[in-house]
Amino acid sequence: MDQFNITKAPTVYDAVIVGSGAGGGMAAYILTKAGAKVLMLEAGGYYDPADPKYITQLKWPYESPRRGASTPLRSGGDFDAAWGGWDIEGEPYSSKAGTEFHWFRSRMLGGRTNHWGRISLRFGPDDFRRKSLTGVGDDWPIGYEDLKPFYDKTDRLIGVFGTNLPDFPNEPDGYFLPPPKPRLHELMLQKAGKSIGVPVVPSRLSILTQPINKERGQCFYCHQCNRGCQAYADFSSSSVLVIPAVKTGNLTLQNHAMVREVLTDQRTGLATGVSYVDTVTLQEVSVRAKTVILGASTCESARLLLNSKSPRFPNGLANSSGVIGKYLNDSTGAGRSAFIPALMDRKRYNEDGVGGMHVFTPWWLDNKKLDFPRGYHIEYGGGMGMPGYGFGGGVENLNGQIPGRDGKMKPGGGYGASLKDDMRRFYGAYVGMSGRGEPVPLESNYCEIDPNGVDKYGIPTLRFHYKWSDYEVKQAKHMQDTFEEIIHAMGGIPLGRKPGPEQNYGLAAPGRIIHEVGTVRMGNDPSKSALNKFQQAHDVKNLFVVDAAPFVSQGDKNVTWTILASSMRTSEYLIDQVKQKNI
Amino acid sequence: MKRRDSLKAISISSLGLAVGPAEAAVPEPAPKPPIKIPGGRLKEEAERDARLNAEKFFTPHELQTVTVLSDIIIPADTRSGSASQAGVPAFIEFMMKDQPRSQTPMRGGLRWIDNVCTKRYGKPFAQCTKAQQIELVDQIAFPSKVAPDMTQGAAFFSQLRNLVMTGFYTSKMGIEDLGYMGNVPNQWNGVPDDVLKQYGLSYEPSKAEEARK
Repeated sequence: MDQFNITKAPTVYDAVIVGSGAGGGMAAYILTKAGAKVLMLEAGGYYDPADPKYITQLKWPYESPRRGASTPLRSGGDFDAAWGGWDIEGEPYSSKAGTEFHWFRSRMLGGRTNHWGRISLRFGPDDFRRKSLTGVGDDWPIGYEDLKPFYDKTDRLIGVFGTNLPDFPNEPDGYFLPPPKPRLHELMLQKAGKSIGVPVVPSRLSILTQPINKERGQCFYCHQCNRGCQAYADFSSSSVLVIPAVKTGNLTLQNHAMVREVLTDQRTGLATGVSYVDTVTLQEVSVRAKTVILGASTCESARLLLNSKSPRFPNGLANSSGVIGKYLNDSTGAGRSAFIPALMDRKRYNEDGVGGMHVFTPWWLDNKKLDFPRGYHIEYGGGMGMPGYGFGGGVENLNGQIPGRDGKMKPGGGYGASLKDDMRRFYGAYVGMSGRGEPVPLESNYCEIDPNGVDKYGIPTLRFHYKWSDYEVKQAKHMQDTFEEIIHAMGGIPLGRKPGPEQNYGLAAPGRIIHEVGTVRMGNDPSKSALNKFQQAHDVKNLFVVDAAPFVSQGDKNVTWTILASSMRTSEYLIDQVKQKNI
Repeated sequence: MKRRDSLKAISISSLGLAVGPAEAAVPEPAPKPPIKIPGGRLKEEAERDARLNAEKFFTPHELQTVTVLSDIIIPADTRSGSASQAGVPAFIEFMMKDQPRSQTPMRGGLRWIDNVCTKRYGKPFAQCTKAQQIELVDQIAFPSKVAPDMTQGAAFFSQLRNLVMTGFYTSKMGIEDLGYMGNVPNQWNGVPDDVLKQYGLSYEPSKAEEARK
């Protein structure tokens, strides 16, 4: 490969989609079902959770020489479905001095839908109008009523279990499959929550507790959604959207295609396609399409637009406002775990359940009465799970706090028969809780093109600038106080020291929760936003963004369900615009 | 002049070395033998594991010491076997290569123990009597009551204990010892009735279910 040739594919596609995650997958599904000829470019390899080549589901820890520990090639551990993670060889990123951002990437079909917890929370009416309600942040250019039909269709197309929550107006109703019954520790959490006024209600996860069609099976309760489901019983973009789109005959899927830039016609200002580097052959390829749809991920889509500079678009494509990269925001996150003496010496039975929590706590308080402006939800873990890497670690910090069978205390640590006995008594007697909250998006938190950096393909890389504000720190403090209250109400022993102000109350570093949104925001004012309310570029009418980059804020909800609903809405809008000959 | 020829000319004239074309300056690496990729692994992962498995970290003496210590931490009893019977030393050997940051604390810790034992008992740890071994372990196995001159030993012992615990309880033997019953396709129908009763809990009908009645 000595020559630096650029191959031009002959076909002009109706649309080219960059990225195969939730946003790209949904766009591909809707457009190909409508008969459009679509090319999907995915930077990573092919993946099908039902192909034994890729299956890690139902493997035992001892089938991994490292017992499932993480590696540089799989940050989520040996059994996690997601390839890559925090650091990808040859694809660096950087942060400005004194700031921090961690960027999780999955280079594979389905992207980060292979890693996520399947938590599927629609936004509520308030989540679209935070500025109107609180004076800080910004409102969306759309409201809940605009997205509601698409949330409804997403519920029915993909499947989600849960219940309607009439006491929570900001947790709208949906089309829910039956939720799984709570596990023992979850019943205890519900009881404890009740005693202190913290609601603990059925969670909403996109896992099929009942079959919804012939292509996908039903959950068989192995608790391993993060490993990918060979029965297609949970939502992954590969199994639920992209593979069915390929089956229409209208989708051309090109793996190992790392997109370099969006190409434009300098005369009309329209997008004409994209250029990419084939990561296997290193061939440079340009493809043509009538519409360009970016679903490369919040930061990757911003990077791509900023890198698509031309005389007509000197600040990068669709960036006459200069807003691209700004308002980057990730969920807040903090956690605590506890030991529950009442659960010692439990009767053994299989309580794996679905791949995540059966119950959760939606935001239940009024921020007007608090010293921070946004809410959070709480996710719960625990139970008699399959031991994995790290099991039994740090026992010296625990068994000194628990009386032995003889009722006597002993120093923490130890060895031998009594340690073995402790492990049998303690098994399944832990709970963990994690707060996931809404930050206030700030213009001063952003990603930009690193003036000094390129990846191994010569594509300029991102540099981040991100700092939490007092809002998020105060929210994390509230989380920690709530966690302790819940733990004490359960009669539990909080583990580890409670993080204080010197550790920002355990607030996770920006990026760590992997919920980043906001870098190509939508709005009604083209001088302050890059996209209109249909996620269509103000400056380039045949350019759309369908990942979480357009989101003005992220609510106290994990955003995947909103990515899916928004991408469906944008795709249907595009079909309509083509029919009307506007594009 | 063609590009290749000019490079050749540069290398010869400027360095005075009689080398061949530029390509020859960096010889092609020997082709890698084809590797079997197990299900669920990427090629890069299979290659990395094969490379790690081909390396050796512990010396025979170190491995012997690790084995003795592992079996002190997890001995056999009536329900299950010992750490070494569950393959724990081999797991620790692998982890040293997989996570090289652990190597110095492990190697140094083993050396620390041998040094203390040699001073006290005239022999390295593995060659001491069982009573001597336990006498030493008792002084480093409980971090909250460790003597000031033994803290490094306690830190090492905690590191080793963590590895032994994970190694044992993620083995088939350890999983059976704990009584974990999952990782099989099943239908979750909730907590068994007798367990609900034991904890005084019940499944209350939800508001939605009540409304339907």
